[in-house]
Amino acid sequence: MSAGIVTYGGYIPRFRIRPREIGAVWGADGEAMGRGLNIKAKSVPGPDEDVITISVEAARAAMARVDLDPADIGAIYVGSESHPYAVKPTATVVAEAIGAAPVMTAADFEFACKAGTAAIQTCMGLTLSKMYKYGMAIGSDTSQGAPGDALEYSASAGGAAFVVGTDRLIATIDHTVSYTTDTPDFWRREGQRYPSHGGRFTGEPAYFKHVGSCAQLLFKRAGTTAEDYDYAVFHQPNGKFPVRVGKQLGFKDSQMDTGLLVRDIGNTYSGAILVGLCAILDEADPGDRIFAMGYGSGAGSDGFDLTVTDEIRKIRRDGRTIKDMVKDAVFLDYATYAKYRGKIAMREAAA
Amino acid sequence: MAIPRFWREIPSRYNLIGTKCGNCGQVDFPPREVCPECGRRSIGNMERFRLKGTGKVVTYAVIHDAPAQFEMQKPYVLAIIETDEGVRLTSQVIDVAPEDVRIDMRVQAVFRKLGQEGRAGVIHYGYKFRPVTSEERGGAASAPRAT
Amino acid sequence: MRDVAVIGVGETQFGELWDSSFRDLGIEAGLKAIQDAKVVAEEIDAVYVGNMSAGKFIDQEHVSALVADYAGLADMHLPTVRVEGGGACGAIALLQARMAIASGMCDIVVVGGAEKMTDVGEVQAAEILSSTADQEWESVFGATFAGLYAMMARRHMYEFGTTREQLAAVAVKNHKNGALNPVAQFQKEITIETVLQSPWVAEPLGVFDCAPLSDGAAAVVLCAMEKARRYTETPIRIAGSGQASDFLALHDRRELTTMDATVVAGKRAFAEAKVEPKDIQVAEVHDNFTISEILAIEDLRFVEKGKGGPATAEGLTALNGKISVNTSGGLKARGQPVGATGVAQAIEIVRQLRGQAGKRQVVGARRGLTHTLGGTGATAVVHVFERAD
Repeated sequence: MSAGIVTYGGYIPRFRIRPREIGAVWGADGEAMGRGLNIKAKSVPGPDEDVITISVEAARAAMARVDLDPADIGAIYVGSESHPYAVKPTATVVAEAIGAAPVMTAADFEFACKAGTAAIQTCMGLTLSKMYKYGMAIGSDTSQGAPGDALEYSASAGGAAFVVGTDRLIATIDHTVSYTTDTPDFWRREGQRYPSHGGRFTGEPAYFKHVGSCAQLLFKRAGTTAEDYDYAVFHQPNGKFPVRVGKQLGFKDSQMDTGLLVRDIGNTYSGAILVGLCAILDEADPGDRIFAMGYGSGAGSDGFDLTVTDEIRKIRRDGRTIKDMVKDAVFLDYATYAKYRGKIAMREAAA
Repeated sequence: MAIPRFWREIPSRYNLIGTKCGNCGQVDFPPREVCPECGRRSIGNMERFRLKGTGKVVTYAVIHDAPAQFEMQKPYVLAIIETDEGVRLTSQVIDVAPEDVRIDMRVQAVFRKLGQEGRAGVIHYGYKFRPVTSEERGGAASAPRAT
Repeated sequence: MRDVAVIGVGETQFGELWDSSFRDLGIEAGLKAIQDAKVVAEEIDAVYVGNMSAGKFIDQEHVSALVADYAGLADMHLPTVRVEGGGACGAIALLQARMAIASGMCDIVVVGGAEKMTDVGEVQAAEILSSTADQEWESVFGATFAGLYAMMARRHMYEFGTTREQLAAVAVKNHKNGALNPVAQFQKEITIETVLQSPWVAEPLGVFDCAPLSDGAAAVVLCAMEKARRYTETPIRIAGSGQASDFLALHDRRELTTMDATVVAGKRAFAEAKVEPKDIQVAEVHDNFTISEILAIEDLRFVEKGKGGPATAEGLTALNGKISVNTSGGLKARGQPVGATGVAQAIEIVRQLRGQAGKRQVVGARRGLTHTLGGTGATAVVHVFERAD
């Protein structure tokens, strides 16, 4: 018996800002930064959006594709590094908003950008062990970069939800493997507004080491090479890292293109690889094989080998696709972006 | 706003739960104990009913003078929406420029922050509406599904 | 049921009255009315006070006892009643007091209305005003009071072609009348351009489409008709009263462009007074927003539904026009200390019918009408007054 994906849904806010807008304010060549990162724009959440609203929209999009009784979802986990509450889980709001409450378990996860993939693995365990019929795993973020920092050009907002189970699978997860170490490449201390990072240390010893090592483990476990896959999607902190590691592993642009959304919407952190996976599932055909390799700073990688099934033709894939959401873009200037992102010190409301 | 007061309305604010009169079939939102049409014949006969979340704009205004907690969003569009079930409710229309809003525009419900009790307080969520995109007119949308 | 008449009136200036507290205002109006009526304290049987929100504006509830106390009536141990009904509370208090006398339980009742709105900031005052809307299903979603009326205006424009210029004509007319009223908050004329160019509050309504925040108080003395002539040669009889309610939330109303509560309250008042709209020469209607006056003159059947805009623009409702509407300046120019409004409107009608309206006098006024709203029209009260001779 395999566990796998029963349904999926994503959400990307409409607002965008371009690197040149950010650079202009901080005295940097924003266009050059954008080229260096291979990012043309990043998504920005509206003032009435946060990880909770994004998670709910993604979860509802997933539920809208299939006729699933929400009461059969026994667990909901939301992974993020920008939960609106430090204490009071995003997952409980999602549970109410999709009608899964109250007979179920829930919790929020944190593992930088791989909190969502960790949630998927957890749900696999719960459903394979027959503890629950279905679990829902969500990765969603509205992460911020410090003003003027390199991360400000890429840190964006978005999320995706996956219902995981062992029947009615649109894609089986035939193999999953993880690689985890204590590596301080990027972190945020409790109470700090913005994360910190180790500059170039975030490259070879962090992203590349974990993604590369985990990928080799996955190839070995599955007995495959890059050529065996129709699609590949990686965690995408910028538009350069995933392409470089992908090529190193033997993948071609044509395999990676569909899932490489960072170029248009930036790095949605816990949402990144999952929203990329949604874009792939929007167009995948039965029999397609997908290589998905997440990464979270701190550090670790979760890898998945998926095969799309005939069931994918039975779910509703009309309506808004990830491509549609990427195209539905309203560009902001830095002032409006700063206002929406709470970077302007406001007076405390009187009441 | 007091914590229990908002918590109590979560089913209606998150999931558009109203009532349907078992006597005459009229749908009301928010839920009512007594049907305005049937009066006492409806008591005990009101069933939980979830709105699909699709409808049209009946009228709207663009709010410029806003209470403190809507400071970030002004000017914003306030509208009366008539849902496909014939229910009318008041909400914001978002994801559209105010000058592009029209009476009879098709809209659908989405989940957004309504406000919060200050930076340390509880956050309130609920429905707002956005225009239905052309891609959605035929297919699966993220509106709460009727159960 | 006995006939009831107004035998005395009194009011404060309306405006931003920094030196006057709520207590000062209530007492001033009450004492002026009692003096005008030439009654003495021992003759008063009850005190009714219309007040919307002293609890939120000045943290004070139980204002009925407060007002009687500070008027020097505490040791008379009179029954005192505070009436709340959104913006209609003064008019409801008047109706309640009328019923107390009509029933025979009282002979002479003082009815006052007062509101002190400027002890809080403007943003907070606007939020307090909005508390007469549906908190759970309108305000929580971002509805402001002006926003709700703006939605009525937009629908009226959509259904009947009413224009912003026609809405502006209401404000221009009322300011012109207010310039002739010594107690009005605004005594300056304005132009259509001023109204059209004023900053948006809630499109399509701008600052000059909205009545101001005001402090003020107004009071009348009511007396059983059979005893009224002991106190005055010109008792003004309350010939008919009507009060009606409707769904609280605007979105639940049957029509967005008709206030059913006004229609029903008007019909009840006209029926009791045995008159038709055409028999009214002067009317004070609830123009908290310009659109409200347009709706009122339609719903009271002074003009056909949908024609309120053109009628105003053409001067039908101007001073000494076909029917003089809001000769006091209305809520727009006279001001709207909420609790005082219904009583202040009655005072204007009484003055008009007594022939004491000075430069604002409507020639040959024999019957007048007041129309007062609560919330966005969930309550409406209409009183018809006539000279007793």
